[in-house]
Amino acid sequence: MTGEFEISVRDWVAANLPDALVNVPIGMYGVDSEDPQVVEAFELWRQRLAAQGWGAPTWPQEYGGAGLTDTQAKVISRIIAEAGSMNPIPYLAGMGVTMVGPTLLEYGTPEQKSRHLPGMASGEVRWCLGLSEPNAGSDLASLSMSAELDDEGWVLNGQKTWTSGADKSQWCGALVRTDRSAAKRDGISFLLLEMDQAGIETRPIRLIAGESPFCETFFSNARARKDDLLGELNDGWSVVKRLLQHERQSQTNAPATRSAATPVQDVAKRYLGTNPDGTLTDPDLRSRLADHLMDTAAHELTIARIMTDARGGNVEVSATASILKNSATDVAQGRSELLLEIMGNQGLGWEPGEYTQEEALAVREWLGGKSMSIYGGSYEVQKNIISKNILGLPETTQKG
Amino acid sequence: MAVLTEEQTLIRDQASAWVIDKAPVSSFRALRDSESGQGFQPETFQAMVDMGWSGILVPEQYGGSDLGYLTCGLILEQLGRQLTASPFFASSLVGATALALAGNSAQQEALLPGIVDGSAIVVLALEESSRHQPEQTALQADQEGDGFALNGSKTFVAEGMAATHCIVASRTSGEPGDARGISLFLVPSDAQGITRTALPTIDSRDHAKLSFSNVHVDNSALLGTLDEGMPVLEAVLDRARIGLAAEMLGTASQAFDMTLEYLKTRQQFGKVIGSFQALGHRAAEMYSLMEQSRSCVEAALQAVDAGADNVPQLASLAKCQVGKFLFKMSNELIQIHGGIGMTDEFDAGLYLKRARILEASFGNRAYHRDRYATLMDF
Repeated sequence: MTGEFEISVRDWVAANLPDALVNVPIGMYGVDSEDPQVVEAFELWRQRLAAQGWGAPTWPQEYGGAGLTDTQAKVISRIIAEAGSMNPIPYLAGMGVTMVGPTLLEYGTPEQKSRHLPGMASGEVRWCLGLSEPNAGSDLASLSMSAELDDEGWVLNGQKTWTSGADKSQWCGALVRTDRSAAKRDGISFLLLEMDQAGIETRPIRLIAGESPFCETFFSNARARKDDLLGELNDGWSVVKRLLQHERQSQTNAPATRSAATPVQDVAKRYLGTNPDGTLTDPDLRSRLADHLMDTAAHELTIARIMTDARGGNVEVSATASILKNSATDVAQGRSELLLEIMGNQGLGWEPGEYTQEEALAVREWLGGKSMSIYGGSYEVQKNIISKNILGLPETTQKG
Repeated sequence: MAVLTEEQTLIRDQASAWVIDKAPVSSFRALRDSESGQGFQPETFQAMVDMGWSGILVPEQYGGSDLGYLTCGLILEQLGRQLTASPFFASSLVGATALALAGNSAQQEALLPGIVDGSAIVVLALEESSRHQPEQTALQADQEGDGFALNGSKTFVAEGMAATHCIVASRTSGEPGDARGISLFLVPSDAQGITRTALPTIDSRDHAKLSFSNVHVDNSALLGTLDEGMPVLEAVLDRARIGLAAEMLGTASQAFDMTLEYLKTRQQFGKVIGSFQALGHRAAEMYSLMEQSRSCVEAALQAVDAGADNVPQLASLAKCQVGKFLFKMSNELIQIHGGIGMTDEFDAGLYLKRARILEASFGNRAYHRDRYATLMDF
């Protein structure tokens, strides 16, 4: 059965992937290239994928998906990758396909689903998420941005931060306080709102690694439609918990950094050289490199095992997402630190010129990677989740 | 847990229930305290034989069930949980594997049925120094008449006092350090010229020192090819390392369960100590290590059964990653239990002592890190 499916996918990709797009790098916002032929090919590819329902292949057909299984979706990704491209729609939709969409599928009304999901699945509407605030990071439930209902809908006031892609998004899913008198987790709601309006201002944040997709976002009497409340009023905490599970799941694979293609031991051999017996000249580094590669293998085998177990109905994947998020972080940050050490002084440059592209990239990825243990529930928050939710130890943090 | 067949699930559940009921750590403690000099209770091993476990890696034609390494690993994990002492690992896994991989049909016919019915305990005599370093094998085997004369010594031979037969890694040519020139011989442990001495080890299990003085064996005792014993020895060792990793996973997982239970019940400063974040986070770290260790062990066991070509990498990976977990977990077991953990009356010490033996057996972490790097070509 899978065989037939694979053949049909292969045929479709061969017939529909434009030649001009093969092996052209695709980023968060599409193709970097300004070549009109490439830009046109990219738009054609997006339209064809969307028409096929392959932007979000596992979603129901009525909402722009193709109603396929996870396994079938992976087959599609693999075959497109083998053909030298990718499905850019999850990038183009921002947080839409990966996070807001799956949550909408569970909590949305049929009307909300019909109105919002097709735009995500086609990659035409980019979504951002307004969760963190300057004073509500790890302790997200202490957020203070407010939403009040008037005759025409919701009125929002306050500030969000770390809103990734806010300056380029058309829609936003925001966590807001709708009842100040309730305990802090009980007075929160989840609203969907349009970004292109007078009451919203975005300001990009410059990070230690330089430019970033993150923004500060200011809401001053911004509006949301009354029927764009997702889930029950004051039950936004349940909605966001589910949303964050989707986030952790999307982060469990070690991030596909651009330099990850080169095995780190090959870089080490190139920079440090080898002894006549083929071993690295630096035995201390060699030992730590072996440790890192084994940790990486253990992480990857754990992902594989959990996927197998989940298919066999043995475990709930979400229970293990916190373990995998932290090990993915360890692996990626550990690799970056090793790469810099291997490059020595050449791994300490800020502006390109005296440094190769590979070196400059390693430095930026090292700095950018520091965020991995902070976003999406910090390293410490994940440990709280493991000790409390998985191991059943008593609550360790202050609860509102 | 890997997705198991119905039979594998049954065997695992049977093993889990059996060790808790018939061979729990209290029974091992009683054995230790009896100072009988025995490394295991014969009736315990007989019960395992009766359940068919000793034949799991033996082909059906020799009375075994040939169920494979994953099944064997499931049992080892349960044995590791209760520190159940027996020659199951040393003979039913290592001995049976060596005969299956290196033995000719006469040797297999002579000994495999005995391994299955428990009358033969066949163990590997490999180490000669304080380190695991197979290529340094120096015990000399010189051709003499229609056979060989063995001279030298072996140490840290698991179940060496109980063994009926030893598979002796010997040097037939070259120098210690050469991979070539190593040959395996199958020798009855009561052969003339063998002196066995029990080694008192921290885990109170059977480990022996063997000295060989002009021990004569016939040509028919050669297991595998003359001078070319190293490749098959490595294959045997990898299966042993993977099996040992499964046992270690059980030992460490039990230490984890004991610690978690204590975190939930021990009260200080008016609350259970598991509510302190410093301890909760350490429990979370141990849990993550446990999950990752399980992934490595299962992948390695499955790779052996599937005949995969990356068994050596997975063997070193599993031994090293589980070794890290067991090392940290056995220390946390003592530390988190505090004063009670230091008492002999409590079981933590038994787990700590067994842990270090398991970690050192068939290559410690440093050995496998180095080997992994070599296998990964750097």
